[in-house]
Amino acid sequence: MAVRASRLKRVLGAVTATALVAFVAACGSSGSSDTASGGDVTLEFAQWWGAELPAGEFDKIVNDFTAQNPNIKIKLLSAPYASTKQQLITGAASKTLPDVVGLDGAWVNDFAKQGAITDLSKLMTDANYDASQLASQVQVKGKTYMIPVVNFVYPLFVNKDLLAKAGVADVPATRTQFLDAAKKISATGSDVKGWALPLDTAVPNGIQNDVMSWLWASGGSMLKDGKPDLTSPQVKSTVEYVKSLNDAGVIAPGSLTMKEQDKVEKFTNGQVGMMIDSLAHINLIKKNKPDLKFEVAALPSEDGYSGKRGIPYASWGIGISNSTKHKAEAFKFVSYLMSQETNAKLSTIANGFPGNKNAKPDFSNSDPLFKTAFDIYQQGYPANEFVGLPKSEDLMRSFDEQLQLVLTGKTTVDAALAKSQQSWSSVIE
Amino acid sequence: MTSMTAPKTAAPSEGQVTPGRKRSTVARRLIPYGYLSPTVLLIVVLMVVPIVMVISYSFRDNVIVQENSVFAGFANYTKVLTDPDFLVALKNTAIFISVSTVAHLVLGLAFAMMLNTQLLGGVTKAIFRIVYILPWLFTIAVIAVIWRLLLDPSGVINYMLQTLGVVQQGVDWLGDPGKALWAVTFVNIWSGYPFFMISLLAGLQGIPGDLYEAAAVDGTNWWQRFVHVTLPQLRPVIISMAVLDLIWTSQQFALIWMMTGGGPLHATEMLSTYTYKQAFSEYEFATASAAAVIVLLLTMVLAFFYVRQQRER
Repeated sequence: MAVRASRLKRVLGAVTATALVAFVAACGSSGSSDTASGGDVTLEFAQWWGAELPAGEFDKIVNDFTAQNPNIKIKLLSAPYASTKQQLITGAASKTLPDVVGLDGAWVNDFAKQGAITDLSKLMTDANYDASQLASQVQVKGKTYMIPVVNFVYPLFVNKDLLAKAGVADVPATRTQFLDAAKKISATGSDVKGWALPLDTAVPNGIQNDVMSWLWASGGSMLKDGKPDLTSPQVKSTVEYVKSLNDAGVIAPGSLTMKEQDKVEKFTNGQVGMMIDSLAHINLIKKNKPDLKFEVAALPSEDGYSGKRGIPYASWGIGISNSTKHKAEAFKFVSYLMSQETNAKLSTIANGFPGNKNAKPDFSNSDPLFKTAFDIYQQGYPANEFVGLPKSEDLMRSFDEQLQLVLTGKTTVDAALAKSQQSWSSVIE
Repeated sequence: MTSMTAPKTAAPSEGQVTPGRKRSTVARRLIPYGYLSPTVLLIVVLMVVPIVMVISYSFRDNVIVQENSVFAGFANYTKVLTDPDFLVALKNTAIFISVSTVAHLVLGLAFAMMLNTQLLGGVTKAIFRIVYILPWLFTIAVIAVIWRLLLDPSGVINYMLQTLGVVQQGVDWLGDPGKALWAVTFVNIWSGYPFFMISLLAGLQGIPGDLYEAAAVDGTNWWQRFVHVTLPQLRPVIISMAVLDLIWTSQQFALIWMMTGGGPLHATEMLSTYTYKQAFSEYEFATASAAAVIVLLLTMVLAFFYVRQQRER
C-alpha cells in the first residue's frame, strides 16, 4: 500500500513538474501572431477603439475583412485607452507588440526609435499603395510609422443658455470676446465659471488640447525647424492670455488637478459656460443632459488674425509591429481600414473625421453639430504639434508644471517659458 | 516548524551496497526537492528573475528602449538621489505613510474597542460593524472617484462646510498644493482603517477576561486597564499590523495616481508615482529601476523589523 502511495506521489510529482515546464515554456514563447495549418494567418490587433464604439460595431467591420480574406483572421484585443497604452509601452519595450497596433500620435516617435513599429513607407511601396488618398501620415525622419485612421477635432463648446443669461449675443470669435464672455458668464452665479482648464499632471493632455490650442488657432507654432520655440512672442502671448483668464477668476476652481472627464462633467452640469473638447463627447453630453443647449465653434483667435485657424485633433492611428512575421497581411488589413468605403463607415460610427481624403462620413443620422464641426475642420487645418515628438507626454507634463507655477504666482511667464524651453531642448534634439 | 525524518530502513552492511540501491537512495533523497520544484520554479520566475532584472537595469543606461545598453555603475542612483523631485517624493511618502499608519492604528483600535464593548447590544454592534467595514469593500478606483467628487470645490464636503459656516467659499482640497497631501492622506486613512479594526478586534476578543477581572479587583480604573492590560496584550498584533501597513502604504500608487497624479506641483508626489513617471512618461527605465531598488531597500528595512518581530513571537 505504502509502495503504491509512494509511486502515486512520484507520478503526481512528475506530472506537476511537466505541466509547469510546459506552462513556463508556453509563457516564454514569443511572437504574437499565429500561422495555423493550411496557411491561415491570425493577426492580433490591439486598440482602444472597440471599447469606445457602440458594442459590436467594430467587430462587424473586422468581420467584413475576414469574409473578404478567408486566410487572414483578426483577433481583436480591445481595452480602454489607458490600458492599451500601458500594454503597448511594455510590449514595445519587450519587442512583443501585437501584429497591428492602434496608436496615438504621441507614442509614435518613441516606438519608432525603439524599433518596435515598422516603416510603413516601405510596406506602401511594396504593396503599390496610393498614399495620396491619405489625409495625413505621422513620420519620423521621413518614414511613415503611423496612419491616422479617424481624427477627432477639439472645437470650442459653448453653453447657449449660459451665454444668453450672461447677455452675450454671439459666440466669441476672438480672445478679447472670449475673456469678456467668460467674465459675464462667471458673474451669473457663484458656482458658474466661464471656462474649464484641466491641468492634471497624471494625463497632462490639457496642455495640448486646452492651452496650445489657443496658439494653433491663431496660426502659431511652438516649434521652429523642428526645435522647441517656446520663448517666441506667440507662445508668450498664449500663456499670458491663459494667465489673464486665471487672474480674472473665470476659470473653474480645481484646475490644477482637474481631468478631462471633470471638465466635460462641469460643462454638462452647467457649471462652466465654455470648454475646448473632443467632438467625440457630444453624444455623451446629450445622453447625460438631453436638455442642455450647446453648440460648437472654431476656437477664438488673436484679435485681428484673419488666417486659417489650426484646430487641435487626436487620432486613432494605426501601425504595424516590427516583430510580426506577417507584415504584408497586416498591411492588407491597414489598407482595408483606410479604404474609402470602410474608412467612411468607421468615421461615421466613431463620430470622427476620416483619415482617407476621399471618404465622406454620413451625417444623415448624426447630430447636426457634427456637420458644423466638419465645416469648421474643413475651413481650418488640423493642428497638433505634439504628434511625432519624442516623450510628448513628458513634454506636456513639464510645460504643465511650469504653467501651474505661473497660475499660482510662483514664477513669471518669461521664467516659466525659459525653463520649459530648456527642458524641451534636452528632449527634442 | 515541522521537521522531516527519514523512514527507518535496515542499514545495508558494509560491502553490500549495489549500484541499483545507490541510485534508489539518491532518487529518494531527491524526491522532496522534486515536490518543492514547482514552488521554487514559480518563486524564481515570478520573483527572483524580475527583481534581478530590475537591479541589473538600475546599473545600466538606456535599458529597454535601446538594444545596446551600457554599464553605468551608480550613475542612475546618483541621478535619482540628487533629483529634487525624488527628494520631495521621499518626504511626501514619509509623511503619507507615517500619518496614515498612526491614524489607521488609532481609529482601528477605537472602533475595535467600541465593537468589543459590553455596553452595546448585539444588533447595534452588528450595524456598526457593517458601517465601519464599508470603506474596505470599495476598490481603490471607486474610492478615488468618489472622493474626487466629494472633495471637488463644488462638491458635497464644501457644500456642507459652507452651509455650516465653516468656510465662506469652496476649498480646493486637491488642487491647492498646501492641502492636497493632507487630503489624499485622509482618503487613504478612510480606506484603510477597517483592516486594522478587524485585526485588533480579533486581538481584543483573544484577551482572557481573567486579566480584566484581576485588574478590577486591584481597583484599577478604565484607563489603567487599557494601558496595563489591553495594550500589552495587543502589542504583538499592533506591531505586526503597523509594520505591514507601513510597507503596504509605501507602495500605494493607484489612489494617488487617480486622485492627483502626484500634483499639484509635486505636492502629492510619492516614490511610486515618481517611479511610474520615470518609466512610462520619460521612458527612463534605468532611473526608474534605480528608484525602485531604493524603494525595495527601504521596504526591506521595514520587512526586517517585521520578520524579527515575528520571530520573537
